[in-house]
Amino acid sequence: MEVSPSPSDSDLARTRPQPSWWSSMLSPLQSLSTNRRALPWLVQGGVGLLLLLMIAFLLANLVRNLSATGLLLTWRWLGQPAGFDVSESLLPFSPDLPYWRALLVGLVNTLRAVIVGLIGSTLLGTLVGMASFSSNALLRRLVRLYVEINRNIPLLLQLVFWYFVVFLALPNGSAALQLPGVVLAKSGLYLAGAAAHGWQLPTLVNGVWQAPLRLSVEFAALLTGLIVHISAFIAEVVRGGIASVPRGQWEAASSLGLHWWATLRRIILPQALRVIVPGLNSQYINLAKGTSLAVAVGYTDLYSVAETTLNQTGRAIEVYLILLSAYLIIDLGISAVMNGLNRLVQLRER
Amino acid sequence: MAGLLRRLRRDYFANPLDAALSITLGLLLTAALLAGLRWALSQAQWAVIQVNATLFAVGRYPLEQQWRLWLVTALLAAASGSSWGLLRALPRRDRRREAQLWPGNDRIAVAGFAALALVLPALLGLSLPLQLRWWLISALLLAARWVCGRWGQGRRGRQALRLLPLAWPCLYLFGLGLIAGGLGLIAVPPNEWGGLLLTLVQASLAILLCFPLGVLLALGRRSTLPLLRWSSVLYIEFIRGAPLITLLFLGQNILGFLLPGGVAPERVWRAALVLTLFAAAYLAEAVRAGLAAVPRGQLEAARSLGLSTAQALARVVLPQAIRTAVPAMVGQFISLLQDTTLLSLIGLLELLGSARTVMANPAFLGRNAEVYLTLAVLFWCCCAALGLGSRALERRLNPNTTA
Repeated sequence: MEVSPSPSDSDLARTRPQPSWWSSMLSPLQSLSTNRRALPWLVQGGVGLLLLLMIAFLLANLVRNLSATGLLLTWRWLGQPAGFDVSESLLPFSPDLPYWRALLVGLVNTLRAVIVGLIGSTLLGTLVGMASFSSNALLRRLVRLYVEINRNIPLLLQLVFWYFVVFLALPNGSAALQLPGVVLAKSGLYLAGAAAHGWQLPTLVNGVWQAPLRLSVEFAALLTGLIVHISAFIAEVVRGGIASVPRGQWEAASSLGLHWWATLRRIILPQALRVIVPGLNSQYINLAKGTSLAVAVGYTDLYSVAETTLNQTGRAIEVYLILLSAYLIIDLGISAVMNGLNRLVQLRER
Repeated sequence: MAGLLRRLRRDYFANPLDAALSITLGLLLTAALLAGLRWALSQAQWAVIQVNATLFAVGRYPLEQQWRLWLVTALLAAASGSSWGLLRALPRRDRRREAQLWPGNDRIAVAGFAALALVLPALLGLSLPLQLRWWLISALLLAARWVCGRWGQGRRGRQALRLLPLAWPCLYLFGLGLIAGGLGLIAVPPNEWGGLLLTLVQASLAILLCFPLGVLLALGRRSTLPLLRWSSVLYIEFIRGAPLITLLFLGQNILGFLLPGGVAPERVWRAALVLTLFAAAYLAEAVRAGLAAVPRGQLEAARSLGLSTAQALARVVLPQAIRTAVPAMVGQFISLLQDTTLLSLIGLLELLGSARTVMANPAFLGRNAEVYLTLAVLFWCCCAALGLGSRALERRLNPNTTA
């Protein structure tokens, strides 16, 4: 018995061509609607072509404009003497040293701010985050206020406030703010430290403070602003992490007779850290990026040295490449360390 | 009374340590408040704010053209008033007691707003004509709210409410056109805009324009097509890895090289472009998190009903993803509004920039604290308002609480 194909089936068979490479080449519109394989490649090809055209257009303009102004890519200027001084540096520096040394000094200054800021904001943030679990309602409200203030006021505004309003208004000489081991004056922040002959406190010599460790007031303002701002965000991360541990864990631990501190250290923190560490990573990267605002308070970080270099040499592209790769490397470094830490705290299942 | 005492005891004096902490903190707080008040009332010289109020508000916008700004403000006030009225006129299931915005009672909100509108201009020490204008604008807002609240009950209101998402963008474009001039009005070049005006224009432009790009980038990053995915990832990570100030630097110094000779746009537009491209990368991450929260079955179900992938994305997946992403997105917008302060570092006179020019004036030397505190309060209010709005939006979009 033969079943003849119904007319609609035969119609379909005639209108839908066999999928072959030339049919999709000849009738792209048809293949778009019928061929599941070709569609993604067409889309990708289109997007790729568009991107390539755009990049080619921009690069062609770049090369044409650069050659017109005689600024084609070269790195020779890095060896020329910088001609400007950097107000503070850990490495020896003078204006007749080359540009690459100036940029290196800037990078070291940035790294210094990042590392100290990272430690400070972690400590303060953890404290504030813990305080939001206090049994005292006043303390909890103050923590809330601290977080809200920092979240709603721009970092740059906070930095200039610390620098121009707080630190530049400090008195000098014997009127300076004195705490045990720490002296805060308009000329800088003086810290006690190990000197040639043992432990040495800041001392006043002829109206000028002397101490083993002196931070410039710009650096101190930058650090204060950054630490206060980022610590509020870290406090939220810590609070969220601790809150993510079920209440039953506390109750179970205390019913086993564990002390408050032992509960926190052995039961709660190992579980909370799994939530905290990824959140910390993005805050640390924000901190690293935030150090670039140092230019507003006169601290010579990498960005401010790069800006001066650009103004003197006009080498916009090269300076930009240096800046970008430096921040990229710092970010990647932080991420790598935090990912390592994350692997340590994550649940290991057998 | 006894309940209050019991609560006080539980919250502040539960044990000796808590009691000591409460007393110490309370004393410190009182001392700080008193010192702050004494400074604000006797030592601070608020004349710097009063004299430069116009500069902080609109920068160097020409004086004889400022009626346009007043007109835009009045239009905005009327639009907000009518939106408020329409939203309130509509019965909502989410207006239960526990899920209410503060203040829950509408009359209290109106009274509070009216009191603020009456007192604030006088408190800022504005001149009498300016005060009168602010009062009129506030009265317009309240009148629009009252009329729309009356008129918009029932079906008419629901239809008008549907027009709102269309009306606001139109109003925005019209306002921007009015500010910029052209078409018969005298054109005011954007480098004469400044202060709060420039801050708000930059932030709102970036927020509106980054939205389509950010959604596309988020879709691209979750796409199965390797080219789309990798180019989106590259873009997002490139932008998120660099500090905003270096990107603004790129916009100011290098954008001119990347375009054919002599067509680089003005500094203000260059900065707006950079802010938009910057915000898009961060928005993409927020939307991506929202997309990840939509179960895969939603797309599959939509596809099996016969919707094309594009239709399924636009009608089924994206609405759910964006609803989930609203808090994160508003968080990004708040930080974007704060990031506009960085424009002062590349020489634009937005709020912080105009503050710096004021303080460079010898007449106002050493008035840093007053100016920065005012800016801080202003930013705090704007950002807190955005946060409040976001919470209201979240509740409105939540399918469990809306009718």
